[in-house]
Amino acid sequence: MDTLQFLTWVRGTGLNIALVIFVLGVLWRLAEIYGLGRKKDLSAPRNMPGASGWATILRRSLPPPGMLPTSPVSYIAGYVFHVGLAVVAFLFAPHIALLTSIVAAAWPGLPSQVVDFVTVVTMAAMIAVLIDRIARPVKRFLSTFGDWFTWTLTFLPLLTGWLAVHHLLLPYTLMLAVHILSVELLLVFLPFTKLFHAFTAFGSRWFNGAMNGHKGVPV
Amino acid sequence: MSASLDKGVRVLKEMIDAPIASYFSSCVHCGICAEACLFYTETGDPKYTPIHKLEPMRRIYEQEYTLLGRLAKRVGLSKAVTDAELAEWQELVYNSCTLCARCSAVCPVGNDIVYMVRKMREGMSAAGHSPEGIKGAVTRTINIGSPMGVKLPAVKAQMKHAEADYGIPIPLDQEGVEYLVTLSSMEIINFPEYLGAIAKIMRHVGKTWTLSSEAFEATNAGMQIGNSDLARVIVSRVVAGAEKLKVKTVISPECGHAYTALRWEGANLIGRPFTFKVQHIVEVLEEFRAAGLLKLEGMATDRLTFHDPCQLARRGGVIQPQRNLMKMVAKDFVEMPDAGFMNWCCGGGGGASSIEEGEELRLEAFKRKKRQLEAVKPDRLVTACANCRIVLEEGLEHYKMNLPVVGLTETIAEHIPDA
Ligand code: SF4
Ligand code: SF4
Repeated sequence: MDTLQFLTWVRGTGLNIALVIFVLGVLWRLAEIYGLGRKKDLSAPRNMPGASGWATILRRSLPPPGMLPTSPVSYIAGYVFHVGLAVVAFLFAPHIALLTSIVAAAWPGLPSQVVDFVTVVTMAAMIAVLIDRIARPVKRFLSTFGDWFTWTLTFLPLLTGWLAVHHLLLPYTLMLAVHILSVELLLVFLPFTKLFHAFTAFGSRWFNGAMNGHKGVPV
Repeated sequence: MSASLDKGVRVLKEMIDAPIASYFSSCVHCGICAEACLFYTETGDPKYTPIHKLEPMRRIYEQEYTLLGRLAKRVGLSKAVTDAELAEWQELVYNSCTLCARCSAVCPVGNDIVYMVRKMREGMSAAGHSPEGIKGAVTRTINIGSPMGVKLPAVKAQMKHAEADYGIPIPLDQEGVEYLVTLSSMEIINFPEYLGAIAKIMRHVGKTWTLSSEAFEATNAGMQIGNSDLARVIVSRVVAGAEKLKVKTVISPECGHAYTALRWEGANLIGRPFTFKVQHIVEVLEEFRAAGLLKLEGMATDRLTFHDPCQLARRGGVIQPQRNLMKMVAKDFVEMPDAGFMNWCCGGGGGASSIEEGEELRLEAFKRKKRQLEAVKPDRLVTACANCRIVLEEGLEHYKMNLPVVGLTETIAEHIPDA
């Protein structure tokens, strides 16, 4: 297989396989988790403004009182790389073009210099959380193979994309193919690793907010 | 696999519901929950990270409820939970967790970790890995009627004392009154002033109330150890007493977990909604205050602060009432850092205070409360939980801090004019 065939494969068959696994995996996991259901709470509810599942989905996006100084890297670098990932993935013109062909909707992108800058900042933030994971005893203690693996899965698309745009390390076509492949790996593994929090974090916040909201506690 | 381990694993499996599956699937190993847990912050030992306390349950979730986990189990790639492992986790699930819920208040993905610890305890106690101290409390509650072995005659003796001290009759088993007042054995033994304070307040506001000879004990060690069957037996006594006397409201005493047991778990334990209302004494006092029924006299001039019992505030939703009440009686009311919703636990909630072998750790964790107190330097510490009160007193004594701890109800009662 030469480079061009490789690129054609990752753009066609490879992408299709990845998307099918991703979509089916997400649906399977969601059913597997939320299909378990839960018991109805028979205690008399107490109503309190701001105490609900939806309120917690929003509120938990900010550090609770007093928490920012305890884990500054997690919070600050965490925000930066989450927002950065979203910007790079969804607001880079070539990405929009590809997504448009899949979802049949289009939206304006950001200038490529801006995306380039965001990519570098996002990679820096990801390196910061990686160092934090190694340096902080609690994080190191909690870390498993899955944590290093998913970090790599998330980092590779950023790195390879950035290298491709700058024509570095490998010939452009090959780097582009590697880049697409790295995204496909990310899609394939997302439903089955901790990356699935991209979906379940909303469900978790909702449950926490709703169950404590029943007690009139805005968590 | 031993029979008890088998049972424990089965119970743990039964405990897993959609919220727990969602929580385990969401955890990103960020470790932020550790920063909220006083057992980690005061010891610096990563094993006290809240989510780690659930590791055996997480593996059971993965092996039983996820496709990949089931496959891994089938081909022998995953490690089954062992008896030795659960034995090791006993310290993490009981001694070093007071069910304070600070972790649940901070997890960025929204995990309600304390909800899981409560469920995990069901499996631990089924597997026989629960502390002797709480086991004893449960046995005494089931057989004698209270975790500290208090029987009706002891309650009657306290009633007599209170009647003599305050000159107010204490009603027992009166039908059709508005309030059924329940107690914690801690109050019966260590803080009898609570009963007199109630009598004084009820007379002042003109409300009818009673004690019950079968439903005087409100605490529930069955819930603390994580045995819903026993917790149901214990809570059913209060339900039976309240329904027999046809009261409108059952008042949970100055005890945090009794409130959780009656107010939030009770109906779920017996499988039907209550026919009466449950209120913590602080909520009742707040209603009296709001209705203008509390006509207090005089204000304390010394500096007072309030320790929020976790089960009342963060887990119970009662945060403002105690502050309104404090302001009625205290000229100099100061708030500790993190007071209210994010208050730090005394270190002995959730049954932890009855675990003898956990004492050293408890005192270590108390350093957090110590710092909170040192920041505001109060002359007296007010709280609304007899268990917090005992744990606070022990901690203060250990660190040689001279600070009296008092209950909110008796503090209010002190300012009621003599009739
Ligand atoms: S704070 Fe939440 S996501 Fe982070 S380690 Fe604890 S449970 Fe997991
Ligand atoms: S409930 Fe409190 S004591 Fe228990 S793990 Fe969470 S923060 Fe720690």
